Amino acid sequence: MTEQLIAVEKASLTFSGRLVLENVDLQVNRGEIVTIIGPNGAGKSCLVKGLLGLIRFNQGKISKLKNLKTAYVPQKLHIDETMPLSVSRFLKMVPAAKSAKITEVLQEVQLHTLEQAAVQDLSGGELQRLLLARVILQAPDLVVLDEPAQGVDVIGQQDLYQLIASIRDRYHCGILMVSHDLHLVMEATDRVLCLNRHICCTGHPDAISQHPEYLSLFGEAMDGFAVYTHHHDHEHDSHGNVVPLGSGCQHWNETSGCGQTACSSAEKKDG
Amino acid sequence: MDDFIYRALFAGLAVALLTGPLGCLIIWRRMAYFGDTLAHSALLGVALSIMWSIHPVLGVALLGLVIAISLVWLQRYRDLASDTMLGILAHTSLGLGLVVIAILQSRGMRIDLNAYLFGDILALSQNELWLIFASVLALIPVVAWLWRPMIAIAVHEDLARVEGIPVLKIRLIFMLLMAIVVAVAMKVTGVLLITALLIIPAAAARKFSRSPEQMAAIAVLLGMSAVVLGMYSSLQWDTPTGPSIVVAAALLFFVSRVRKKN
Repeated sequence: MTEQLIAVEKASLTFSGRLVLENVDLQVNRGEIVTIIGPNGAGKSCLVKGLLGLIRFNQGKISKLKNLKTAYVPQKLHIDETMPLSVSRFLKMVPAAKSAKITEVLQEVQLHTLEQAAVQDLSGGELQRLLLARVILQAPDLVVLDEPAQGVDVIGQQDLYQLIASIRDRYHCGILMVSHDLHLVMEATDRVLCLNRHICCTGHPDAISQHPEYLSLFGEAMDGFAVYTHHHDHEHDSHGNVVPLGSGCQHWNETSGCGQTACSSAEKKDG
Repeated sequence: MDDFIYRALFAGLAVALLTGPLGCLIIWRRMAYFGDTLAHSALLGVALSIMWSIHPVLGVALLGLVIAISLVWLQRYRDLASDTMLGILAHTSLGLGLVVIAILQSRGMRIDLNAYLFGDILALSQNELWLIFASVLALIPVVAWLWRPMIAIAVHEDLARVEGIPVLKIRLIFMLLMAIVVAVAMKVTGVLLITALLIIPAAAARKFSRSPEQMAAIAVLLGMSAVVLGMYSSLQWDTPTGPSIVVAAALLFFVSRVRKKN
């Protein structure tokens, strides 16, 4: 008896003439942790932002549970020094968050000693735990986390993923995560989606880690290589389009045109 | 003391009540330059109001709205940054304002440019004081209503959007609010110094505050102190009132910076 929280069918996205996502299918059920992995520029953040309605897919049908409550943890949260904001005041921004509940949740994420500290003084790991505390207070159906372990050391990452898994267990929500640190994320994931503009493979982490597409995408990177070379059943040309074997460029990630920052530049600056 | 001094004092205190929290939001959203642009455009607003014989507060507020919408429209072009666009809007409207006023003057209309540029709070009429009171009373609930969503947007715009805050609508209402406040505060410091009244007390309050609400309250107190100090020194040494208020606010700011960070 699985309850589908959100799904998108055949999502495609183009940024200034360049295809960023192509025919991506994605579904998150209640009680499930789905992780999107993929190299830089694979369109992971774009996919997530499209699902959240922050950017619009050119094609694709999003279906959501009625009155779906979504909590979002953005890739970077930089709170300007100009605003005096303590940890507890930050959490009070969640509508209907009571002080007693805030204290309780801060204990759960082990930030209770920092209740009165300024959010700007928190370390990377503490800030991520604060964001998870905020997620818990929102009591969401679906949690979307964009690179939740960014700027956190390895031990801290393990704790963070355990915390995320425990949030799923305790509050019975669905979790959609973006990551590129595979090993740590594998343990806390039910389903992995390997994205490189299109979905390369999807399935249970154990199965995925043996999948040839996954190995070709990440196998060499694990040995400390910074540049991946693809050996797919297809190749990508210099525009990132899928072309038959032998007719494309072998490593499109290296070409400047394919390394993408499209999603962040699409955000509006304010005046 | 004479009536005109009381009127000036009450007008200044009432305006400070509004500019305190508004100034905080402007600082957090980094919109000081937008405030400046509105202020520069105010002169054109005054000129057009005289031309079409409408109330200057209405003219200035309407032109501010036009400026805000132009900015949102111009921001779609990504090959130029926001501050460049603001600079263009600010100086276009200031230049245009001065040209229109010169034309009106050459047609024999008497316009005291200095009063608009630097304020003429001591010449406030009883009706103008009532107008300032009414505006402040009407706008404080708007600021209170905007407070929570504006803080959420200042923290993270995308996060606010995911959580259901209508970001674009709130931003537009906030810009409109700023335009009206500029129009109302024009009498106190003049168009050239309005931004000072908005940002200096709020900036001075930063060091003493530990929460957004505290910062707003302290900004109100510092703004009021600047009004009192400025008016006192203006009467004492016969200096222009608006600029004296700004100098007093600046003094408070520099004193706040000397204090060690807690």
